[in-house]
Amino acid sequence: MDNRPKIVMDSDGIERCLTRIAYEILEKNKGMDNLALVGIRTGGIYLAQRLQKRISTIENGKIPMGILDVTLYRDDIAKSGKKAPLGKTDIPFDLTDKKVILVDDVLFTGRTIRAAMDALIDFGRPKMIQLAVLIDRGHRELPIRADYVGKNLPSSLWEAISVHLLEKNGKDEVIIEEGT
Amino acid sequence: MIKLGKKDILGIQEMTTDEISLILETAESFLEISTREIKKVPTLRGKSVINLFYEASTRTRTSFEIAGKRLSADTINISASTSSVVKGETLLDTARTLEAMNPDIIVLRHSAAGAPHLLARMVSQSIINAGDGAHEHPSQALLDMMTIKEKKGRIAGLKVAIVGDILHSRVARSNIYGLTKMGARVVVAGPATMMPRDIERMGVKAYTKIEEAIADADVVMMLRIQMERQKQNVFPSLREYAQHYCLSRRHMKLTGLDAIVMHPGPINRGVEISPDIADDPGCSVILDQVNKGVAVRMAMLYLLSGGNE
Repeated sequence: MDNRPKIVMDSDGIERCLTRIAYEILEKNKGMDNLALVGIRTGGIYLAQRLQKRISTIENGKIPMGILDVTLYRDDIAKSGKKAPLGKTDIPFDLTDKKVILVDDVLFTGRTIRAAMDALIDFGRPKMIQLAVLIDRGHRELPIRADYVGKNLPSSLWEAISVHLLEKNGKDEVIIEEGT
Repeated sequence: MIKLGKKDILGIQEMTTDEISLILETAESFLEISTREIKKVPTLRGKSVINLFYEASTRTRTSFEIAGKRLSADTINISASTSSVVKGETLLDTARTLEAMNPDIIVLRHSAAGAPHLLARMVSQSIINAGDGAHEHPSQALLDMMTIKEKKGRIAGLKVAIVGDILHSRVARSNIYGLTKMGARVVVAGPATMMPRDIERMGVKAYTKIEEAIADADVVMMLRIQMERQKQNVFPSLREYAQHYCLSRRHMKLTGLDAIVMHPGPINRGVEISPDIADDPGCSVILDQVNKGVAVRMAMLYLLSGGNE
């Protein structure tokens, strides 16, 4: 069997997905009134920034964007001495009555999104929370679904899916490989 | 994945620069929580933190308590004056009793140097030293380093002058360990009676005159005169001490440009530091220190929780 990493989406593919998602967000919300983007650390930040740029080009205006680190809201945090490095959360606007688009790179078990929703609600009472992801790989453990999906990528549990982005990996691509 | 490879935080002396940096970086991410409208995250829900204080303390105990509460831990305060300690129970018996109630972290302040180390060996819970005698006060040194790093952008290469009662000061000792490890040049100044004889073996230069110590300093750290620890008379009068060692406006011409002034509190105004300097937002970072204290203690509780497997 071929164990080499396989590229399932290249730079153009990622760009096209994001453009489509930007239009879908505007279509579903009938414009950009009261919209706000919140990117989940770290991949979600860059995707949210790109969506923000696209939406402002399409609609000729700017929507606010925030950064969320969900580490402190995870359900497995207290069980292990090992922890993910804690990043800064920065939501520089009032969430109350906003339509918040939560942005992440890969939707998997849904636990990260559960944590992110709990965190958001600590910051205010959004009118609505919607979810945009680049990849939906299935295997949900919680009743969570995405409103905007770049690509559905049915995967096995032992496969690893990595979203590489220009801003942090120097290259745009989505790869799938056999897990270790 | 990161982890602090320790069960306890007992002193800066035992810590590596990586461990210090990990705590400082984690603390920076915790700062934001205290600016939220809901100043609380669910991270340590269901964990209990006991603040066991055998010495009077307002700011350190309150700071640890707020830190625990903002992480959703249950915090329980025990102070010696209102506990079974007055009935003659020893530290170890108290600790074993508390251990049997299954807390997760015990924060201990004690007047005897080494008390937290003893406790750490005897009980399975994580121990945080919140000040042991004249030995160490790690959380204070960490919050001081965090303040310096924020105000000066770095620690390595800075000149830090620590002035006052070095002999009785656990704050000085922890800061000397930490700052020299992180690459700062540390000098100390104080009356000869308040200066440990072998202080220079800690890698610092000692002066008796404040003017010599603070020359070109980037950071001036003033220490509190600890009336409660003065068993013998180490100086003739507070007034005489103030004449020689009280940091005032004229000293600020000697320091480096944009030097910051720190004090662990509580301040004896006009003894260690003149009121106009203590209240000058241009140089005094005393309230920043208090603010950083909560974030640093949140980071300590967070990194110690969840065991060390």
